[in-house]
Amino acid sequence: MQTIFFENKPRIIGTGTIAGPKECAGVVGKFVDTALADDRFGESTYEKAECKMLSYAISQAIKNARLTETDVDMLIAGDLLNQIISASFAARDFTFPFLGVYGACSTMAESMAIASAFVNAGYYRHIVTATGSHFSSAERQYRYPLELGNTRPPQSQWTVTGAGGCVIANTGSNIAITSATFGKVVDFGITDVNNMGSAMAPDIGIIGI
Amino acid sequence: MTGKNKKNYNENYINYVRSFDPPTQHFKNCFRAFLVGGLICCIGQFFRIFLENVFGLEGTELAGATSVCLIFLGTLLTGFGVYDRIGKNAGAGSIVPITGFANSVASPAIEFKTEGMVYGLAAKMFIVAGPIIVFGVLAGTLVGIIYLLL
Repeated sequence: MQTIFFENKPRIIGTGTIAGPKECAGVVGKFVDTALADDRFGESTYEKAECKMLSYAISQAIKNARLTETDVDMLIAGDLLNQIISASFAARDFTFPFLGVYGACSTMAESMAIASAFVNAGYYRHIVTATGSHFSSAERQYRYPLELGNTRPPQSQWTVTGAGGCVIANTGSNIAITSATFGKVVDFGITDVNNMGSAMAPDIGIIGI
Repeated sequence: MTGKNKKNYNENYINYVRSFDPPTQHFKNCFRAFLVGGLICCIGQFFRIFLENVFGLEGTELAGATSVCLIFLGTLLTGFGVYDRIGKNAGAGSIVPITGFANSVASPAIEFKTEGMVYGLAAKMFIVAGPIIVFGVLAGTLVGIIYLLL
């Protein structure tokens, strides 16, 4: 049973997005709610900026769904740092319960799948799911200090500076989540820290929208 | 992806992933590394001649003073956020000289300053250069023992 189908078809009723300057230089810039010119978001460290972006994405998603904080029953979120600290700290800003998840690149899909299951079953009415990452904090977490004069191989990937959130409810929009397929952990022996995409590609899970 | 056992699977997948990697431009990289590495050595030589003629240093004193000048320069450029840009293009040309070593100590110091002066900056300063120091000292000790026995 890798795939589950949601009978009541939970809907995505609002989204909130924010992204850094490099991300917004391309097509993405036209679609985000806020494009940052300063990748520190006015904070003293990149970790704090990541937390603030996440908090912003959550409140923006609630606002875009035309809800208030009291309407939201739960937050399901995660990020890339140790002890999913950005999500946990962002959750301090809100009054609803928080469920922390970690799935690296799949955190968003994972939290949406869990939220859909809760909403579909009727336990909760509105759940906010969110995730965020920051290039500079991820570099420190997984790779080398920023100022180290090493070369990045051409196939290396760039961790997104940004955050996104969405509100999932049973009715209220035409975008429905119909099914979720959970990926298995498949290790094909990729050890390159600069190429994590290929390490994760065999594990892929799918959310049917 | 037609391997029969796990090992084959891994090898096939890794080869498949590698097939998408853009080719490394060896000639261009070597040329840049040679140019920047050579330039750093020229700067070092300039300091050496300068210190020899102006301050009259010689022997190990002169070598030490030259190294100190280069380490200072490497650290300063790291602090200004310039050294990683040089390194991005120059590769080994800016990693191998002593300025690269200075960069590998100074860059974690800057990075972990946010975690505090003691547990951040001081504790994590050698996170990159630590192994070089450990094995450098170890190799030095071994060579010293062999030298003593001969």
